[in-house]
Amino acid sequence: MALEVDIEKNFPDFKLHVTLAAGQKPLGILGASGAGKTMTLRAIAGLEAPARGRIALNGRTLYDSSKGISLASRARRVGLLFQHHALFPHLTVEENIAFGIRKLEARECARRVSEQIAAMHLSGLERRYPLQLSGGQQQRVALARALAPQPAALLLDEPFSALDAHLRSQLERQLRETLAGYDGVALVVSHNLEEIYRLCDELVVLDKGCVIARGSREDIFRRPPNRQTALLTGCKNFSRAKMVDPHRVEALDWGCTLRVEAGVPRGPDHLGIRAHHVRLATPQLSPQAAGENTFPCWVAATSEAPFHVTLYVRLNAPATGPSDYHLQVEITQEQWANLKSGPFPWSAQLGPDRLFLLPD
Amino acid sequence: MSPDFSPIWVSLKTAFTATALVLVLGLAAAAWRLHRRSRLWELLDGALLLPLVLPPTVVGFFLLVLFGRTGPLGRLLWRFGVTVVFSWPATVIAATVVTFPLMYLIARGALEQVESSTLDAARTLGSSEWEVFLRVALPLAWPGILAGTVLAFARALGEFGATLMLAGNIPGRTETIPVAIFFAIEAGDTRHALGWAAVVLVISLATLAAMGAWTRYQRAYLVRGPVRAERSQRGA
Repeated sequence: MALEVDIEKNFPDFKLHVTLAAGQKPLGILGASGAGKTMTLRAIAGLEAPARGRIALNGRTLYDSSKGISLASRARRVGLLFQHHALFPHLTVEENIAFGIRKLEARECARRVSEQIAAMHLSGLERRYPLQLSGGQQQRVALARALAPQPAALLLDEPFSALDAHLRSQLERQLRETLAGYDGVALVVSHNLEEIYRLCDELVVLDKGCVIARGSREDIFRRPPNRQTALLTGCKNFSRAKMVDPHRVEALDWGCTLRVEAGVPRGPDHLGIRAHHVRLATPQLSPQAAGENTFPCWVAATSEAPFHVTLYVRLNAPATGPSDYHLQVEITQEQWANLKSGPFPWSAQLGPDRLFLLPD
Repeated sequence: MSPDFSPIWVSLKTAFTATALVLVLGLAAAAWRLHRRSRLWELLDGALLLPLVLPPTVVGFFLLVLFGRTGPLGRLLWRFGVTVVFSWPATVIAATVVTFPLMYLIARGALEQVESSTLDAARTLGSSEWEVFLRVALPLAWPGILAGTVLAFARALGEFGATLMLAGNIPGRTETIPVAIFFAIEAGDTRHALGWAAVVLVISLATLAAMGAWTRYQRAYLVRGPVRAERSQRGA
Protein backbone atom coordinates (compact mmCIF):
# COMPACT_ATOMS: atom_id res chain seq x y z
CA MET A 1 0.00 0.00 0.00
CA ALA A 2 2.05 2.97 -1.14
CA LEU A 3 1.85 6.10 -3.18
CA GLU A 4 5.06 7.70 -4.38
CA VAL A 5 5.04 11.09 -5.96
CA ASP A 6 7.89 13.12 -7.37
CA ILE A 7 6.66 15.74 -9.78
CA GLU A 8 7.65 19.11 -11.15
CA LYS A 9 5.72 21.74 -13.01
CA ASN A 10 6.50 25.35 -13.83
CA PHE A 11 3.98 28.11 -13.48
CA PRO A 12 4.38 31.77 -14.35
CA ASP A 13 4.76 32.76 -10.69
CA PHE A 14 6.15 29.67 -9.04
CA LYS A 15 7.66 26.28 -9.55
CA LEU A 16 5.92 23.21 -8.19
CA HIS A 17 8.27 20.50 -7.02
CA VAL A 18 6.65 17.98 -4.74
CA THR A 19 8.04 14.70 -3.50
CA LEU A 20 5.98 12.69 -1.11
CA ALA A 21 5.27 9.14 -0.08
CA ALA A 22 2.15 7.90 1.62
CA GLY A 23 1.41 4.48 3.04
CA GLN A 24 -1.33 2.93 5.11
CA LYS A 25 -1.78 5.97 7.35
CA PRO A 26 -3.52 9.09 6.07
CA LEU A 27 -1.05 11.74 4.94
CA GLY A 28 -1.92 15.39 5.38
CA ILE A 29 -0.73 18.11 3.05
CA LEU A 30 -0.64 21.44 4.82
CA GLY A 31 0.03 24.73 3.12
CA ALA A 32 -1.22 28.25 2.55
CA SER A 33 -3.54 28.81 -0.38
CA GLY A 34 -1.60 28.88 -3.61
CA ALA A 35 1.14 26.63 -2.25
CA GLY A 36 0.36 23.92 -4.81
CA LYS A 37 -1.72 21.53 -2.70
CA THR A 38 -4.68 21.22 -5.05
CA MET A 39 -2.37 21.08 -8.06
CA THR A 40 -0.56 18.13 -6.48
CA LEU A 41 -3.79 16.23 -5.92
CA ARG A 42 -4.97 16.97 -9.45
CA ALA A 43 -1.68 15.69 -10.87
CA ILE A 44 -2.02 12.45 -8.89
CA ALA A 45 -5.61 12.05 -10.09
CA GLY A 46 -4.51 12.59 -13.68
CA LEU A 47 -6.42 15.83 -14.15
CA GLU A 48 -3.29 17.94 -14.51
CA ALA A 49 -0.15 16.97 -16.38
CA PRO A 50 3.13 17.61 -14.57
CA ALA A 51 6.14 18.64 -16.64
CA ARG A 52 8.47 16.00 -15.24
CA GLY A 53 8.57 13.26 -12.68
CA ARG A 54 6.98 10.05 -11.58
CA ILE A 55 3.84 8.92 -9.79
CA ALA A 56 3.44 5.31 -8.69
CA LEU A 57 0.61 3.70 -6.77
CA ASN A 58 1.12 0.25 -5.26
CA GLY A 59 3.92 -0.41 -7.71
CA ARG A 60 1.75 0.62 -10.67
CA THR A 61 3.21 3.52 -12.64
CA LEU A 62 0.58 6.19 -13.16
CA TYR A 63 2.92 8.74 -14.60
CA ASP A 64 6.55 8.65 -15.66
CA SER A 65 7.87 11.41 -17.88
CA SER A 66 11.12 9.55 -18.64
CA LYS A 67 9.19 6.58 -20.01
CA GLY A 68 6.45 8.65 -21.58
CA ILE A 69 3.78 7.04 -19.40
CA SER A 70 0.72 9.00 -18.36
CA LEU A 71 -2.35 6.98 -17.52
CA ALA A 72 -5.69 8.63 -18.18
CA SER A 73 -7.57 9.71 -15.11
CA ARG A 74 -10.17 6.99 -15.61
CA ALA A 75 -7.55 4.22 -15.45
CA ARG A 76 -5.77 5.42 -12.29
CA ARG A 77 -8.19 4.13 -9.66
CA VAL A 78 -7.77 7.32 -7.71
CA GLY A 79 -10.80 8.82 -6.00
CA LEU A 80 -10.96 12.57 -5.55
CA LEU A 81 -13.23 14.48 -3.21
CA PHE A 82 -13.63 18.06 -4.40
CA GLN A 83 -13.93 21.19 -2.29
CA HIS A 84 -17.45 21.77 -3.50
CA HIS A 85 -18.74 18.20 -3.81
CA ALA A 86 -18.98 18.39 -7.66
CA LEU A 87 -21.99 16.06 -7.65
CA PHE A 88 -23.89 15.48 -10.88
CA PRO A 89 -26.94 17.74 -10.45
CA HIS A 90 -29.02 15.82 -12.99
CA LEU A 91 -28.64 12.49 -11.18
CA THR A 92 -30.19 11.32 -7.93
CA VAL A 93 -28.14 10.42 -4.87
CA GLU A 94 -28.29 6.75 -5.86
CA GLU A 95 -27.31 7.45 -9.44
CA ASN A 96 -24.46 9.68 -8.31
CA ILE A 97 -23.02 6.96 -6.09
CA ALA A 98 -23.48 4.36 -8.82
CA PHE A 99 -21.81 6.51 -11.48
CA GLY A 100 -18.33 5.04 -11.10
CA ILE A 101 -19.53 1.43 -10.83
CA ARG A 102 -22.31 1.37 -13.43
CA LYS A 103 -20.37 -1.06 -15.58
CA LEU A 104 -20.34 -3.66 -12.83
CA GLU A 105 -22.95 -6.36 -12.74
CA ALA A 106 -26.27 -4.81 -11.69
CA ARG A 107 -26.55 -6.74 -8.44
CA GLU A 108 -23.01 -5.95 -7.34
CA CYS A 109 -23.57 -2.30 -8.23
CA ALA A 110 -26.78 -2.16 -6.18
CA ARG A 111 -25.04 -3.90 -3.27
CA ARG A 112 -22.22 -1.38 -3.20
CA VAL A 113 -24.58 1.56 -3.49
CA SER A 114 -26.66 0.40 -0.54
CA GLU A 115 -23.49 -0.30 1.40
CA GLN A 116 -22.33 3.29 0.85
CA ILE A 117 -25.79 4.68 1.61
CA ALA A 118 -25.73 2.90 4.96
CA ALA A 119 -22.13 3.83 5.78
CA MET A 120 -22.68 7.52 5.02
CA HIS A 121 -26.07 7.67 6.79
CA LEU A 122 -27.90 8.65 3.64
CA SER A 123 -30.86 6.30 3.77
CA GLY A 124 -34.13 7.95 2.83
CA LEU A 125 -32.31 10.33 0.48
CA GLU A 126 -31.66 7.87 -2.34
CA ARG A 127 -33.99 9.54 -4.79
CA ARG A 128 -33.21 13.12 -3.94
CA TYR A 129 -31.28 15.37 -6.28
CA PRO A 130 -28.10 17.05 -5.01
CA LEU A 131 -29.77 20.48 -4.98
CA GLN A 132 -32.27 19.17 -2.43
CA LEU A 133 -29.58 18.16 0.08
CA SER A 134 -27.81 20.11 2.81
CA GLY A 135 -24.12 20.88 2.41
CA GLY A 136 -23.11 18.07 4.75
CA GLN A 137 -25.30 15.55 2.96
CA GLN A 138 -23.91 16.64 -0.39
CA GLN A 139 -20.36 16.11 0.76
CA ARG A 140 -21.27 12.69 2.21
CA VAL A 141 -22.77 11.67 -1.13
CA ALA A 142 -19.59 12.85 -2.83
CA LEU A 143 -17.55 10.75 -0.41
CA ALA A 144 -19.79 7.73 -1.05
CA ARG A 145 -19.48 8.28 -4.78
CA ALA A 146 -15.67 8.43 -4.57
CA LEU A 147 -15.48 5.30 -2.39
CA ALA A 148 -17.93 3.10 -4.31
CA PRO A 149 -15.41 2.06 -7.02
CA GLN A 150 -13.00 1.07 -4.19
CA PRO A 151 -10.18 3.33 -5.35
CA ALA A 152 -6.59 2.44 -4.52
CA ALA A 153 -6.06 6.01 -3.33
CA LEU A 154 -8.47 8.57 -1.95
CA LEU A 155 -7.60 12.24 -2.28
CA LEU A 156 -9.52 14.79 -0.23
CA ASP A 157 -9.22 18.41 -1.29
CA GLU A 158 -10.29 20.70 1.56
CA PRO A 159 -13.24 18.41 2.23
CA PHE A 160 -14.89 20.69 4.78
CA SER A 161 -14.22 24.11 3.35
CA ALA A 162 -17.77 24.66 2.09
CA LEU A 163 -19.46 23.68 5.35
CA ASP A 164 -20.39 25.60 8.47
CA ALA A 165 -18.80 24.83 11.82
CA HIS A 166 -21.36 22.36 13.13
CA LEU A 167 -21.47 20.30 9.94
CA ARG A 168 -17.71 20.40 9.72
CA SER A 169 -17.21 18.57 12.98
CA GLN A 170 -19.91 16.05 12.08
CA LEU A 171 -18.42 15.30 8.70
CA GLU A 172 -14.95 15.21 10.19
CA ARG A 173 -16.02 12.50 12.62
CA GLN A 174 -17.60 10.60 9.74
CA LEU A 175 -14.46 10.96 7.68
CA ARG A 176 -12.20 9.78 10.50
CA GLU A 177 -14.34 6.68 10.80
CA THR A 178 -14.26 6.14 7.03
CA LEU A 179 -10.51 6.60 6.76
CA ALA A 180 -9.93 4.18 9.63
CA GLY A 181 -11.75 1.47 7.68
CA TYR A 182 -10.38 2.46 4.29
CA ASP A 183 -8.01 0.01 2.69
CA GLY A 184 -5.92 2.31 0.54
CA VAL A 185 -3.77 5.41 0.49
CA ALA A 186 -5.44 8.55 1.78
CA LEU A 187 -4.25 12.09 1.19
CA VAL A 188 -5.92 15.04 2.89
CA VAL A 189 -5.30 18.61 1.81
CA SER A 190 -6.24 21.37 4.18
CA HIS A 191 -5.19 24.69 5.56
CA ASN A 192 -7.06 24.03 8.79
CA LEU A 193 -4.46 22.97 11.36
CA GLU A 194 -6.72 21.25 13.81
CA GLU A 195 -8.64 19.24 11.22
CA ILE A 196 -5.54 18.01 9.50
CA TYR A 197 -3.92 17.16 12.83
CA ARG A 198 -6.91 15.13 13.90
CA LEU A 199 -7.23 13.31 10.58
CA CYS A 200 -3.63 12.58 9.67
CA ASP A 201 -0.71 10.98 11.46
CA GLU A 202 1.87 12.05 8.94
CA LEU A 203 2.20 15.52 7.46
CA VAL A 204 3.87 17.21 4.54
CA VAL A 205 4.13 20.99 4.57
CA LEU A 206 4.11 22.83 1.25
CA ASP A 207 5.23 26.38 0.67
CA LYS A 208 5.40 28.04 -2.74
CA GLY A 209 5.31 24.70 -4.49
CA CYS A 210 8.04 23.03 -2.43
CA VAL A 211 8.02 20.60 0.46
CA ILE A 212 9.51 22.44 3.43
CA ALA A 213 8.79 19.89 6.15
CA ARG A 214 7.66 16.33 6.52
CA GLY A 215 7.27 13.89 9.37
CA SER A 216 4.91 12.80 12.09
CA ARG A 217 2.33 15.38 13.09
CA GLU A 218 3.76 15.56 16.62
CA ASP A 219 7.25 16.36 15.33
CA ILE A 220 6.03 18.94 12.86
CA PHE A 221 3.98 20.76 15.45
CA ARG A 222 6.43 20.42 18.35
CA ARG A 223 9.64 21.10 16.46
CA PRO A 224 8.91 22.88 13.21
CA PRO A 225 12.15 22.78 11.21
CA ASN A 226 11.83 26.28 9.78
CA ARG A 227 10.04 29.57 10.12
CA GLN A 228 7.45 28.93 7.37
CA THR A 229 6.46 25.63 8.95
CA ALA A 230 6.15 27.26 12.36
CA LEU A 231 3.98 29.94 10.78
CA LEU A 232 1.79 27.43 8.93
CA THR A 233 1.35 25.36 12.06
CA GLY A 234 -0.04 28.40 13.81
CA CYS A 235 2.93 29.92 15.62
CA LYS A 236 2.25 33.63 16.17
CA ASN A 237 5.45 34.98 17.75
CA PHE A 238 8.76 35.33 15.96
CA SER A 239 11.90 37.27 16.69
CA ARG A 240 15.19 37.57 14.88
CA ALA A 241 17.81 35.82 16.95
CA LYS A 242 21.53 36.09 17.68
CA MET A 243 23.53 33.41 19.42
CA VAL A 244 25.21 34.51 22.65
CA ASP A 245 26.62 31.19 23.83
CA PRO A 246 25.60 27.54 23.25
CA HIS A 247 22.72 27.87 25.71
CA ARG A 248 21.63 31.43 25.29
CA VAL A 249 20.17 33.42 22.43
CA GLU A 250 19.43 37.09 22.12
CA ALA A 251 15.93 37.79 20.80
CA LEU A 252 16.51 41.00 18.86
CA ASP A 253 12.84 41.89 18.31
CA TRP A 254 11.77 41.15 21.85
CA GLY A 255 14.72 42.91 23.52
CA CYS A 256 15.73 40.07 25.81
CA THR A 257 18.17 37.20 26.14
CA LEU A 258 16.71 33.77 26.54
CA ARG A 259 18.04 30.45 27.71
CA VAL A 260 17.17 27.72 25.26
CA GLU A 261 16.98 24.03 25.94
CA ALA A 262 18.30 22.29 22.88
CA GLY A 263 21.92 23.10 22.10
CA VAL A 264 21.85 26.09 19.80
CA PRO A 265 22.21 24.92 16.21
CA ARG A 266 24.59 26.98 14.20
CA GLY A 267 23.10 30.35 13.46
CA PRO A 268 19.41 30.14 14.26
CA ASP A 269 17.92 33.09 12.41
CA HIS A 270 14.68 33.18 14.30
CA LEU A 271 13.11 32.28 17.57
CA GLY A 272 9.48 31.39 17.87
CA ILE A 273 7.00 30.60 20.60
CA ARG A 274 3.34 29.68 20.33
CA ALA A 275 0.79 32.12 21.72
CA HIS A 276 -0.60 29.65 24.25
CA HIS A 277 2.85 28.64 25.49
CA VAL A 278 3.70 32.02 27.02
CA ARG A 279 2.85 31.91 30.71
CA LEU A 280 1.53 35.03 32.39
CA ALA A 281 1.30 35.73 36.11
CA THR A 282 0.20 38.58 38.30
CA PRO A 283 1.25 40.04 40.60
CA GLN A 284 4.77 40.04 39.19
CA LEU A 285 6.76 37.10 40.49
CA SER A 286 9.78 37.72 42.69
CA PRO A 287 13.10 36.96 40.97
CA GLN A 288 13.53 33.80 43.05
CA ALA A 289 10.08 32.44 42.28
CA ALA A 290 10.14 33.51 38.65
CA GLY A 291 12.64 31.06 37.23
CA GLU A 292 14.43 31.55 33.96
CA ASN A 293 13.27 33.49 30.91
CA THR A 294 10.80 35.48 32.97
CA PHE A 295 10.28 39.15 32.25
CA PRO A 296 8.08 41.95 33.50
CA CYS A 297 5.38 42.69 30.95
CA TRP A 298 2.56 45.10 30.17
CA VAL A 299 -0.58 44.47 28.12
CA ALA A 300 -0.93 46.68 25.02
CA ALA A 301 -4.24 45.38 23.72
CA THR A 302 -6.70 42.53 24.10
CA SER A 303 -9.02 40.68 21.79
CA GLU A 304 -11.72 38.46 23.24
CA ALA A 305 -13.17 35.34 21.63
CA PRO A 306 -15.95 33.27 23.25
CA PHE A 307 -13.61 30.87 25.01
CA HIS A 308 -10.20 32.43 24.89
CA VAL A 309 -8.57 35.83 24.98
CA THR A 310 -5.61 37.08 22.97
CA LEU A 311 -3.37 39.53 24.79
CA TYR A 312 -0.81 41.69 23.02
CA VAL A 313 2.04 41.98 25.47
CA ARG A 314 5.12 44.19 25.69
CA LEU A 315 8.15 43.00 27.62
CA ASN A 316 10.25 45.11 30.01
CA ALA A 317 8.42 48.44 29.62
CA PRO A 318 4.86 49.79 29.51
CA ALA A 319 3.32 49.80 26.04
CA THR A 320 2.95 53.19 24.38
CA GLY A 321 -0.01 52.16 22.25
CA PRO A 322 -2.08 49.17 21.14
CA SER A 323 0.38 48.21 18.41
CA ASP A 324 3.45 48.49 20.64
CA TYR A 325 3.81 44.83 21.63
CA HIS A 326 6.27 41.93 21.41
CA LEU A 327 4.16 38.83 21.92
CA GLN A 328 0.69 37.50 21.32
CA VAL A 329 -0.45 35.44 24.26
CA GLU A 330 -3.50 33.25 24.21
CA ILE A 331 -5.21 32.34 27.49
CA THR A 332 -8.58 30.89 28.43
CA GLN A 333 -11.44 33.08 29.58
CA GLU A 334 -10.99 31.62 33.11
CA GLN A 335 -7.32 32.59 33.21
CA TRP A 336 -8.28 36.01 31.91
CA ALA A 337 -10.81 36.44 34.70
CA ASN A 338 -8.07 35.74 37.25
CA LEU A 339 -5.48 37.94 35.61
CA LYS A 340 -7.28 41.00 34.42
CA SER A 341 -7.58 42.97 37.66
CA GLY A 342 -3.91 42.41 38.59
CA PRO A 343 -1.64 45.50 38.68
CA PHE A 344 1.09 45.91 36.04
CA PRO A 345 3.74 44.78 35.49
CA TRP A 346 2.82 41.14 35.18
CA SER A 347 5.29 38.33 34.62
CA ALA A 348 5.72 36.60 31.28
CA GLN A 349 7.61 33.36 31.10
CA LEU A 350 8.94 31.93 27.84
CA GLY A 351 9.78 28.36 28.86
CA PRO A 352 13.07 27.14 27.36
CA ASP A 353 11.37 23.92 26.28
CA ARG A 354 8.71 25.90 24.44
CA LEU A 355 11.03 28.01 22.29
CA PHE A 356 11.67 27.04 18.68
CA LEU A 357 15.03 27.75 17.13
CA LEU A 358 14.42 28.26 13.47
CA PRO A 359 17.02 28.34 10.73
CA ASP A 360 15.82 30.34 7.81
CA MET B 1 -57.95 27.42 -58.61
CA SER B 2 -56.37 24.78 -56.43
CA PRO B 3 -53.84 26.39 -54.17
CA ASP B 4 -50.32 24.98 -54.26
CA PHE B 5 -49.30 24.03 -50.75
CA SER B 6 -45.87 22.75 -51.77
CA PRO B 7 -43.94 25.71 -50.22
CA ILE B 8 -45.11 24.57 -46.77
CA TRP B 9 -43.64 21.10 -47.26
CA VAL B 10 -40.50 22.40 -48.87
CA SER B 11 -40.06 24.87 -46.03
CA LEU B 12 -40.73 22.38 -43.25
CA LYS B 13 -38.62 19.67 -44.86
CA THR B 14 -35.78 22.10 -45.35
CA ALA B 15 -36.03 23.60 -41.88
CA PHE B 16 -36.17 20.21 -40.12
CA THR B 17 -33.32 18.76 -42.16
CA ALA B 18 -31.15 21.84 -41.72
CA THR B 19 -31.89 21.97 -37.97
CA ALA B 20 -30.95 18.32 -37.53
CA LEU B 21 -27.74 18.84 -39.48
CA VAL B 22 -26.87 22.01 -37.64
CA LEU B 23 -27.59 20.41 -34.26
CA VAL B 24 -25.05 17.68 -34.95
CA LEU B 25 -22.50 19.93 -36.64
CA GLY B 26 -22.84 22.83 -34.21
CA LEU B 27 -22.65 20.55 -31.19
CA ALA B 28 -19.65 18.70 -32.59
CA ALA B 29 -17.85 21.95 -33.36
CA ALA B 30 -18.68 23.38 -29.94
CA ALA B 31 -17.53 20.22 -28.13
CA TRP B 32 -14.39 20.10 -30.22
CA ARG B 33 -13.60 23.73 -29.56
CA LEU B 34 -14.26 23.62 -25.83
CA HIS B 35 -10.78 22.77 -24.59
CA ARG B 36 -8.79 24.52 -27.26
CA ARG B 37 -7.60 27.98 -26.40
CA SER B 38 -5.00 28.99 -28.98
CA ARG B 39 -4.92 32.01 -31.30
CA LEU B 40 -5.37 29.78 -34.31
CA TRP B 41 -8.68 28.52 -32.97
CA GLU B 42 -9.84 32.06 -32.39
CA LEU B 43 -9.22 32.77 -36.07
CA LEU B 44 -11.18 29.68 -37.01
CA ASP B 45 -13.95 30.90 -34.72
CA GLY B 46 -14.12 34.05 -36.79
CA ALA B 47 -14.54 32.02 -39.96
CA LEU B 48 -17.25 29.86 -38.37
CA LEU B 49 -19.18 32.89 -37.19
CA LEU B 50 -18.92 34.82 -40.45
CA PRO B 51 -22.32 33.70 -41.85
CA LEU B 52 -23.96 35.28 -38.80
CA VAL B 53 -22.74 38.78 -39.62
CA LEU B 54 -22.65 38.65 -43.43
CA PRO B 55 -25.79 39.62 -45.35
CA PRO B 56 -27.51 36.36 -46.42
CA THR B 57 -27.23 37.35 -50.06
CA VAL B 58 -23.45 37.55 -49.68
CA VAL B 59 -23.43 34.10 -48.05
CA GLY B 60 -25.59 32.91 -50.93
CA PHE B 61 -23.21 34.44 -53.43
CA PHE B 62 -20.21 32.70 -51.86
CA LEU B 63 -22.11 29.41 -51.85
CA LEU B 64 -22.97 29.91 -55.49
CA VAL B 65 -19.32 30.48 -56.32
CA LEU B 66 -18.37 27.40 -54.29
CA PHE B 67 -21.04 25.07 -55.67
CA GLY B 68 -21.38 26.52 -59.18
CA ARG B 69 -20.29 24.35 -62.06
CA THR B 70 -16.93 26.11 -62.22
CA GLY B 71 -16.54 26.34 -58.46
CA PRO B 72 -14.16 23.99 -56.60
CA LEU B 73 -16.91 21.95 -54.89
CA GLY B 74 -19.29 22.19 -57.82
CA ARG B 75 -16.73 20.77 -60.24
CA LEU B 76 -15.96 17.89 -57.87
CA LEU B 77 -19.64 17.02 -57.45
CA TRP B 78 -20.23 17.37 -61.18
CA ARG B 79 -17.86 14.46 -61.73
CA PHE B 80 -20.18 12.30 -59.64
CA GLY B 81 -23.14 13.54 -61.61
CA VAL B 82 -24.44 15.73 -58.81
CA THR B 83 -25.59 19.29 -59.32
CA VAL B 84 -26.34 21.23 -56.19
CA VAL B 85 -27.36 24.62 -57.53
CA PHE B 86 -31.12 25.04 -58.00
CA SER B 87 -31.87 21.66 -56.37
CA TRP B 88 -33.69 20.94 -53.10
CA PRO B 89 -30.43 20.12 -51.23
CA ALA B 90 -29.37 23.68 -52.04
CA THR B 91 -32.12 25.00 -49.75
CA VAL B 92 -30.79 22.76 -46.99
CA ILE B 93 -27.20 23.86 -47.58
CA ALA B 94 -28.18 27.53 -47.52
CA ALA B 95 -30.24 27.17 -44.33
CA THR B 96 -27.55 25.06 -42.65
CA VAL B 97 -24.73 27.49 -43.37
CA VAL B 98 -26.77 30.48 -42.22
CA THR B 99 -27.98 28.88 -38.98
CA PHE B 100 -24.77 27.08 -38.07
CA PRO B 101 -23.14 30.02 -36.21
CA LEU B 102 -26.25 30.44 -34.08
CA MET B 103 -26.22 26.82 -32.99
CA TYR B 104 -22.45 26.78 -32.53
CA LEU B 105 -22.45 29.88 -30.32
CA ILE B 106 -25.34 28.75 -28.15
CA ALA B 107 -24.08 25.18 -27.79
CA ARG B 108 -20.62 26.43 -26.86
CA GLY B 109 -22.07 28.78 -24.28
CA ALA B 110 -24.20 26.01 -22.79
CA LEU B 111 -21.27 23.58 -22.62
CA GLU B 112 -18.98 26.20 -21.09
CA GLN B 113 -21.52 26.71 -18.30
CA VAL B 114 -21.03 23.16 -17.08
CA GLU B 115 -18.67 23.23 -14.10
CA SER B 116 -15.29 21.76 -14.89
CA SER B 117 -15.06 20.04 -11.50
CA THR B 118 -18.19 18.06 -12.33
CA LEU B 119 -16.53 16.84 -15.52
CA ASP B 120 -13.32 16.09 -13.61
CA ALA B 121 -15.31 14.06 -11.11
CA ALA B 122 -16.66 11.91 -13.95
CA ARG B 123 -13.11 11.40 -15.22
CA THR B 124 -11.84 10.20 -11.85
CA LEU B 125 -14.82 7.86 -11.71
CA GLY B 126 -13.61 5.94 -14.70
CA SER B 127 -15.32 7.71 -17.59
CA SER B 128 -13.73 8.23 -20.99
CA GLU B 129 -13.89 11.68 -22.56
CA TRP B 130 -16.74 10.48 -24.75
CA GLU B 131 -18.69 9.23 -21.73
CA VAL B 132 -17.99 12.45 -19.85
CA PHE B 133 -19.50 14.36 -22.75
CA LEU B 134 -22.46 12.07 -23.25
CA ARG B 135 -23.38 11.43 -19.61
CA VAL B 136 -22.47 14.68 -17.91
CA ALA B 137 -21.73 17.62 -20.20
CA LEU B 138 -24.56 17.02 -22.64
CA PRO B 139 -27.38 16.42 -20.11
CA LEU B 140 -26.32 19.47 -18.11
CA ALA B 141 -26.03 21.69 -21.18
CA TRP B 142 -29.16 20.27 -22.77
CA PRO B 143 -31.66 23.03 -21.85
CA GLY B 144 -29.39 25.61 -23.48
CA ILE B 145 -28.74 23.46 -26.50
CA LEU B 146 -32.44 22.86 -26.98
CA ALA B 147 -33.15 26.59 -26.88
CA GLY B 148 -30.47 26.99 -29.54
CA THR B 149 -32.09 24.31 -31.65
CA VAL B 150 -35.45 26.08 -31.53
CA LEU B 151 -33.82 29.35 -32.54
CA ALA B 152 -31.97 27.61 -35.35
CA PHE B 153 -35.22 26.07 -36.57
CA ALA B 154 -36.96 29.46 -36.61
CA ARG B 155 -34.03 31.02 -38.44
CA ALA B 156 -33.92 28.17 -40.99
CA LEU B 157 -37.63 28.52 -41.61
CA GLY B 158 -37.24 32.23 -42.35
CA GLU B 159 -34.12 31.88 -44.50
CA PHE B 160 -34.55 33.85 -47.73
CA GLY B 161 -31.50 35.54 -49.24
CA ALA B 162 -29.00 32.72 -49.39
CA THR B 163 -31.71 30.25 -50.40
CA LEU B 164 -32.83 32.35 -53.31
CA MET B 165 -29.25 32.81 -54.52
CA LEU B 166 -28.31 29.13 -54.35
CA ALA B 167 -31.60 27.30 -54.84
CA GLY B 168 -33.62 29.73 -56.87
CA ASN B 169 -37.39 29.55 -57.05
CA ILE B 170 -38.57 26.28 -58.51
CA PRO B 171 -42.14 25.60 -57.35
CA GLY B 172 -42.50 22.21 -55.66
CA ARG B 173 -38.73 21.79 -55.31
CA THR B 174 -36.92 24.82 -53.98
CA GLU B 175 -39.68 27.34 -53.43
CA THR B 176 -39.90 27.89 -49.67
CA ILE B 177 -42.55 30.06 -48.01
CA PRO B 178 -40.39 33.22 -47.71
CA VAL B 179 -39.44 32.89 -51.37
CA ALA B 180 -43.08 32.29 -52.32
CA ILE B 181 -44.10 35.46 -50.42
CA PHE B 182 -41.51 37.52 -52.24
CA PHE B 183 -42.61 36.35 -55.68
CA ALA B 184 -46.29 36.68 -54.83
CA ILE B 185 -45.75 40.31 -53.86
CA GLU B 186 -43.64 40.89 -56.95
CA ALA B 187 -46.46 39.55 -59.09
CA GLY B 188 -48.94 41.82 -57.28
CA ASP B 189 -50.71 38.83 -55.69
CA THR B 190 -51.25 40.27 -52.19
CA ARG B 191 -53.85 37.66 -51.30
CA HIS B 192 -51.40 34.79 -51.70
CA ALA B 193 -48.67 36.67 -49.88
CA LEU B 194 -51.04 37.31 -46.98
CA GLY B 195 -51.96 33.61 -46.86
CA TRP B 196 -48.30 32.57 -46.71
CA ALA B 197 -47.58 35.19 -44.09
CA ALA B 198 -50.39 33.72 -41.98
CA VAL B 199 -48.89 30.24 -42.33
CA VAL B 200 -45.47 31.48 -41.19
CA LEU B 201 -47.11 33.25 -38.25
CA VAL B 202 -48.83 30.01 -37.19
CA ILE B 203 -45.66 27.95 -37.41
CA SER B 204 -43.68 30.61 -35.50
CA LEU B 205 -46.31 30.86 -32.77
CA ALA B 206 -46.32 27.06 -32.47
CA THR B 207 -42.54 27.09 -32.12
CA LEU B 208 -42.71 29.75 -29.41
CA ALA B 209 -45.42 27.81 -27.58
CA ALA B 210 -43.31 24.66 -27.71
CA MET B 211 -40.37 26.58 -26.29
CA GLY B 212 -42.51 28.02 -23.51
CA ALA B 213 -43.78 24.57 -22.61
CA TRP B 214 -40.23 23.30 -22.50
CA THR B 215 -39.17 26.13 -20.16
CA ARG B 216 -42.05 25.30 -17.81
CA TYR B 217 -41.08 21.65 -17.92
CA GLN B 218 -37.51 22.62 -17.06
CA ARG B 219 -38.68 24.58 -14.02
CA ALA B 220 -40.86 21.67 -12.95
CA TYR B 221 -37.85 19.38 -13.38
CA LEU B 222 -36.03 21.29 -10.65
CA VAL B 223 -38.79 20.67 -8.12
CA ARG B 224 -39.76 17.26 -9.40
CA GLY B 225 -37.25 15.65 -7.07
CA PRO B 226 -38.91 16.40 -3.71
CA VAL B 227 -42.27 15.27 -5.07
CA ARG B 228 -40.79 11.96 -6.08
CA ALA B 229 -38.94 11.59 -2.79
CA GLU B 230 -42.04 12.36 -0.75
CA ARG B 231 -44.01 9.82 -2.70
CA SER B 232 -41.47 7.12 -2.10
CA GLN B 233 -41.37 7.98 1.60
CA ARG B 234 -45.12 7.81 1.86
CA GLY B 235 -45.05 4.50 0.04
CA ALA B 236 -42.51 3.10 2.46
